[in-house]
Amino acid sequence: MVKRGFLYEIRKNRTLFLMALPAVLLILLISYIPMAGIILAFKDYRFDLGVFGSHWNGFENFKYFFNSGTGLRVTRNTILYNLLNLATSQLFAIMIAIFINEMRGKYFKKVSQSVIFLPFFISWTIVGVFVYNIFNYETGTLNSMLKSLHMDPVNLYSTPTVWIFIICFFNSWKWVGYTSVIYIASILSIDAECFEAAEIDGANIFQKVFYITIPSISPTIFIMFLLNIGRILRGDFQMFYQIIGNNGQLFDTTDVIDTFVFRSLLTSGDIAMPAAATFYQSVLCFVIIMVVNGAIRKTRPDNALF
Amino acid sequence: MENKLAIERKGRLPKTEGVNLLFNVISYTVVTVAAILCLLPFEILISGSFTDEKAIALHGYGIIPSKFSFEAYRILFKFPESIIRAYGVSIFITVIGTAIGLFVTSMTAYVMNRKDFKYRNKLAFFFYFTTLFNGGILSTYIFFVKYLQLKNDMLSLILPLLINVFYLIVMRTFISSIPDSISESAKIDGAGDFAIFMKLILPLTKPGLATIGLFYALDYWNDWYNAMLYITDPDKYPLQYLLFSTLQSAEAISRISKMASVVAISVPTLSLKLAMAVIATGPIILVYPSVQKYFVKGLTVGAIKG
Repeated sequence: MVKRGFLYEIRKNRTLFLMALPAVLLILLISYIPMAGIILAFKDYRFDLGVFGSHWNGFENFKYFFNSGTGLRVTRNTILYNLLNLATSQLFAIMIAIFINEMRGKYFKKVSQSVIFLPFFISWTIVGVFVYNIFNYETGTLNSMLKSLHMDPVNLYSTPTVWIFIICFFNSWKWVGYTSVIYIASILSIDAECFEAAEIDGANIFQKVFYITIPSISPTIFIMFLLNIGRILRGDFQMFYQIIGNNGQLFDTTDVIDTFVFRSLLTSGDIAMPAAATFYQSVLCFVIIMVVNGAIRKTRPDNALF
Repeated sequence: MENKLAIERKGRLPKTEGVNLLFNVISYTVVTVAAILCLLPFEILISGSFTDEKAIALHGYGIIPSKFSFEAYRILFKFPESIIRAYGVSIFITVIGTAIGLFVTSMTAYVMNRKDFKYRNKLAFFFYFTTLFNGGILSTYIFFVKYLQLKNDMLSLILPLLINVFYLIVMRTFISSIPDSISESAKIDGAGDFAIFMKLILPLTKPGLATIGLFYALDYWNDWYNAMLYITDPDKYPLQYLLFSTLQSAEAISRISKMASVVAISVPTLSLKLAMAVIATGPIILVYPSVQKYFVKGLTVGAIKG
């Protein structure tokens, strides 16, 4: 058989190639070309010289980033927040999915599911307004309630540790509805006969949940964790920025790689540290996802991502 | 309630039923609390926007308005220029971005789904790779601002969200449910690939188009991040970013007060911020009940694909 080349394919399926072309060019433009910017991590960037004209400076940027203590701090925060948020939001989503699925009242089921899904549709800007609305010192709802109970108002903006809980809460608030929809879909695909058989054998709901539902959705849980492990060094910029903003007092416990990069970019204009941070974040994320996926492909090939 | 009475009458309750009742009590309580927590921030927001300015200064934002007032909305509607302009920008980028994004996404998804397109798996990986590795916001920013000169250009709001790889994969799943024989037989009848896509595939994948279109529309409508990066001209602010900048600085408020030619003190800044948030979120809350099912569908399809 003659091996048919690329040019033959192009001639044969000219229209199909043309149809895929806009998306290919777009992704080249907005994703692939900017990847070249990753070399900035090893350069002393000057705006007038551009990405390629600027001079190389070896590992200076990395030294600067880690020696200043910033590197470790933002890395630690990013990883810890991701683990905490992943655990809490998945746990709540699984609980809500199981509970909603077991409900008999059709109307209650529908309304509560809609309400819990609603926050997904709200932009982080509005969440930023909520935070201001509830927690600001002078007029926030929290303090006005405390005052009406004759208690002293609290200034949360000088208590960094509280924000760990606030961030964790709003992360779950935003994502639990979304994630539970995925889990509900997964529960609905379980064979109904399993439940019927268990019922005939006299199993109660707890037993059905622990011995049928949870084992059956475990591949979905696994995939959700896998997807998130690949993002463990990526902070949800929109969330952190809207909840914390540029409040320097809280950075020690709330600054993640993405907020740090952004702030350096827009405020100081000195991109040595953010360039190093970006490189380190992108490369490590890629390595982690490749290693994890490779390991899974060896042990549980059905659950691998690609 | 009836169950309870029945149980009391019997005197003793069978074990399984008692356990199931316990489960139901827990599940209804947890879901109700979750639903209330999801709605509470909205309630506090709306309440604050309808509260009299002096009452807020005195008592703070409450769960119900301590003194009812329409003042904030009255001022917003009296001088609506900046809000109307921001609405215009948001509608513009949402309509244009969604239309182009949806068209390009579905066209590419169709090509990726054609069995006779030899490079369909390579093409899929070309897109998928960008979710594993990217150059980070720093390089994208420099590329957009220095090389494409997009600062203050509407394109900078449209381009970054134009193609979403996750939506592309979901769209391919939708299209794959259409039998291949439709494309094949049309091809035998002499139809061109593009005509097959436009005249046969698009009409058959309406639910997929609605779903993915809404996902894109939501992303554009809620975007403030790209505006913060690339837009400095207040006339080009989309709605969410106008809201954000209003909350960040008193500047926008004072601009309104100048137009109102009143002393800044008498402008209800505290309730005005919240009223703006209500106006920015309003459209989403209004369309939410009718579009929710498409998002559930999209997520379900996406979840099955993994």
